[in-house]
Amino acid sequence: MQDPAITPDLIAAHGLKPDEYDRILEIIGREPTFTELGIFSAMWNEHCSYKSSKKWLRTLPTEGPQVICGPGENAGVVDIGDGQAVVFKMESHNHPSYIEPYQGAATGVGGILRDVFTMGARPIASMNSLSFGEPSHPKTRQLVSGVVAGVGGYGNCFGVPCAGGEVRFHRAYNGNCLVNAFAAGLADADKIFYSAASGVGMPVVYLGAKTGRDGVGGATMASAEFDDTIEEKRPTVQVGDPFTEKRLMEACLELMKTGAVISIQDMGAAGLTCSAVEMGDKGGLGVRLDLEKVPVREENMTAYEMMLSESQERMLMVLFPEKEAEAKAVFDKWDLDFAIVGETIAEDRFLIMLDGEVKADLPLSKLSSEAPEYDRPWVPTPEAAPLGDVPQVDPIDALKMLLGSPNYAAKQWVYEQYDTMVMGDSARTPGLGAGIIRVHGTGKALAFTSDVTPRYVKANPEVGGKQAVAEAYRNLTAVGAKPLATTDNMNFGNPEKPEIMGQFVGAIKGIGAACLALDMPIVSGNVSLYNETDGAAILPTPTIGAVGLIASPDEIIGCDVREGHQLLLVGDTRGHLGQSALLAEVFGREEGDAPEVDLDAEKRNGEFIRANRELITACTDVADGGIALAAFELAEKTGVGVHLDSDATPLLFGEDQARYLVACNFDKAEALMTAAAQAGVTLTSLGKFTGDSVKFGGSEAALGDLAEIYRGGFAAAVA
Amino acid sequence: MKAAVIVFPGSNCDRDLAVAFEQAGADVTMVWHKDSTLPEGVDIVGVPGGFSYGDYLRCGAIAAKSPVCQAVAAHASRGGYVLGVCNGFQVLTETGLLPGALLRNAGLKYICKTVGLKVQTSNSAFTEGYNAGDVIGIPIAHHDGNYYADDETIARLQGEDRVAFTYTDNPNGSRGDIAGILSENRRVLGMMPHPERAADAGHGGTDGVALFRALTGALTPA
Repeated sequence: MQDPAITPDLIAAHGLKPDEYDRILEIIGREPTFTELGIFSAMWNEHCSYKSSKKWLRTLPTEGPQVICGPGENAGVVDIGDGQAVVFKMESHNHPSYIEPYQGAATGVGGILRDVFTMGARPIASMNSLSFGEPSHPKTRQLVSGVVAGVGGYGNCFGVPCAGGEVRFHRAYNGNCLVNAFAAGLADADKIFYSAASGVGMPVVYLGAKTGRDGVGGATMASAEFDDTIEEKRPTVQVGDPFTEKRLMEACLELMKTGAVISIQDMGAAGLTCSAVEMGDKGGLGVRLDLEKVPVREENMTAYEMMLSESQERMLMVLFPEKEAEAKAVFDKWDLDFAIVGETIAEDRFLIMLDGEVKADLPLSKLSSEAPEYDRPWVPTPEAAPLGDVPQVDPIDALKMLLGSPNYAAKQWVYEQYDTMVMGDSARTPGLGAGIIRVHGTGKALAFTSDVTPRYVKANPEVGGKQAVAEAYRNLTAVGAKPLATTDNMNFGNPEKPEIMGQFVGAIKGIGAACLALDMPIVSGNVSLYNETDGAAILPTPTIGAVGLIASPDEIIGCDVREGHQLLLVGDTRGHLGQSALLAEVFGREEGDAPEVDLDAEKRNGEFIRANRELITACTDVADGGIALAAFELAEKTGVGVHLDSDATPLLFGEDQARYLVACNFDKAEALMTAAAQAGVTLTSLGKFTGDSVKFGGSEAALGDLAEIYRGGFAAAVA
Repeated sequence: MKAAVIVFPGSNCDRDLAVAFEQAGADVTMVWHKDSTLPEGVDIVGVPGGFSYGDYLRCGAIAAKSPVCQAVAAHASRGGYVLGVCNGFQVLTETGLLPGALLRNAGLKYICKTVGLKVQTSNSAFTEGYNAGDVIGIPIAHHDGNYYADDETIARLQGEDRVAFTYTDNPNGSRGDIAGILSENRRVLGMMPHPERAADAGHGGTDGVALFRALTGALTPA
């Protein structure tokens, strides 16, 4: 087949701007071949090169004594003591999921699992942060059911428990849903595998599923806005095979034990191109690939197609040649295709051959080092207008509206489609706050949470960024965990618009400040830009995934209240209603500023909870929906009613930060009061758990009736 | 008591089942699907949950033709004990060791949650630690757990006291609310719920412990 001529249209179709193409001409001193153009397009698109975000990502705090490996590898690595490490990352699969929800979401899960086991870690937990358009939008139901089935279909078969996540709905996601998949794995701290190749003449080995034409150009697609031709992009979405992924994981982990692996890189976005360049570039080496050796499942594939295919469940590794027989035995055991497809070379070249013909010959290091980097113009988000009057509401009526909204209703419709218990170590399954997975065979456990409140970020990106981290810190703290580290998944609109770039910059500043203050460095992450359709952007959604450590089973703080328990509030209440759930769900207003985040107070109150865990029987963080929603959730969990003395809207529905609800018996409450006074922490008695009703001052409803709304709200709205 | 747990390439509850056996005092060996024999002296074979060979054809259909399943069938025909959980139950029906089939859940969705099970018989090595009529909470996690058999088979299973467990609130459309059944000699149990996920107070509760303890007790020579 004749390669097409390189025309301005072809260049534009590869997402390369004229000045970017000029740069290519400068680097190679001639017109690129079609395959080379494809390689540049794959390496230089937003998704792979982070060209708009790099400048700002560098400002994030990424270090700490607990950090073994920060951003830049497939996933971050954090020390959890006893020679063990947790390896984790969150990554988006937004664009593919909107085009083809089941496969888009499924391969998103597959991609993040691969990132984790590529580093030598066995995945032990997953989470999913999902954002959809408004429930009444014609596409929403189909997206929800497809995405949830896809996440479950892949993760359930692979065999990793879902530990938590988020599901939200907002009209700003009508044209772009968000699927952010998190995975964490467990490894020995001294047996982490990296992508840097070393040694000249080492075999480059291809392992896993065969290469097909699926996903060709996917990363470029994911770096563009959508318009009404979206349906035509369906062929750029890959198809997942979790059974192959499971075998690939087992084979990789087994192979790593033999000592055969020099370096390893999974084939994710831009497949063979990205993985080979990554390995060569990090190792200061060149790479030669002989594409006729690549296992393929379609006939007559061109070099261009093979280099850009995003077929799933594939891995590239550099092996010690003397270990080839051992490696082959492992691959054969798991019935996986493998092939030696090339070798490392001393020159700085990325040499792509097909049947003896040179298809691409590029200076390898320049593919990443010379990748464009932009300091995009940005404008700060204007200060939010002050919030107008909020009418008094009957608090029970308002609570009912929140509980019936799919944003705040119970999410069991989603979680029950995920295996939350496989591997036998789920100490706390999804539903209320952070999930807990025990570290198998030890007394330790890890807590997982995923948080962001996009309304806050839109109103005030910097404060919203801080808040996302603070809420993650609180969710981990509320189960008794010590927050360790963070992964960020930055979902935004078109960065070429200064106001969108301003949202990004603001959020990064807030996240950075909070991660630093709360000692939760960013160890991995992902940026998804161009989440716009016909010019309308999503709410800025910097999803924060965080991991905390629980040193022993008795450090876990539960969430089971009992009749007669006191209800106490840790933290200060000013009654901030700006951008609150109450305002949005009850009054349909998204107004005012995000609630202020006092990082010192977050730290002080969090440490107070951990220091006094023996006095606390149940705990939950107070987030959107305020005290009213948090108290209801605790009550509903065990079916014991809750009576609060106040019926004041700002107290019940205000979303002030740095707060927790705590339940314990009277004696412990007394002791907690003394401890709070000593620690300089505000602790207030709000009421108690009793009976079978929820009562705010004089307003009351049967807990059972509210629970019915809460349990049915999600399915009623979107199922 | 010596237990063997089968490992198919897509098994993912193999470790969980082994842990539950071990905690009940069994000596456990993992057996690879390509093996055509079981270790010497095995008392019970556990066929674990998961997706044996991806379950792309029909759950458990390819597994039923695997070398190790021939060995499991031979073990059963000698009167050996077999416990099939979830995908393991599907494999046992496909192998013909148990009657019926597991169809797609009536609601068409995968379901993972703890459900109520009524113990229908205490007359088996698996269930003698319970009293008939006990209601226990055991997690399910499946997409294809809708038990189906023809009227005659259902009547026979019920008539011969071979229904081990029924659902108190049928989650998947199973005929007769059937969650688990015994073979004619009562030595093969297939069940969709996961007792190994309820064998630890820190994970899923302890209602499944009695099953593993009873097995270990029954099968250990005094």
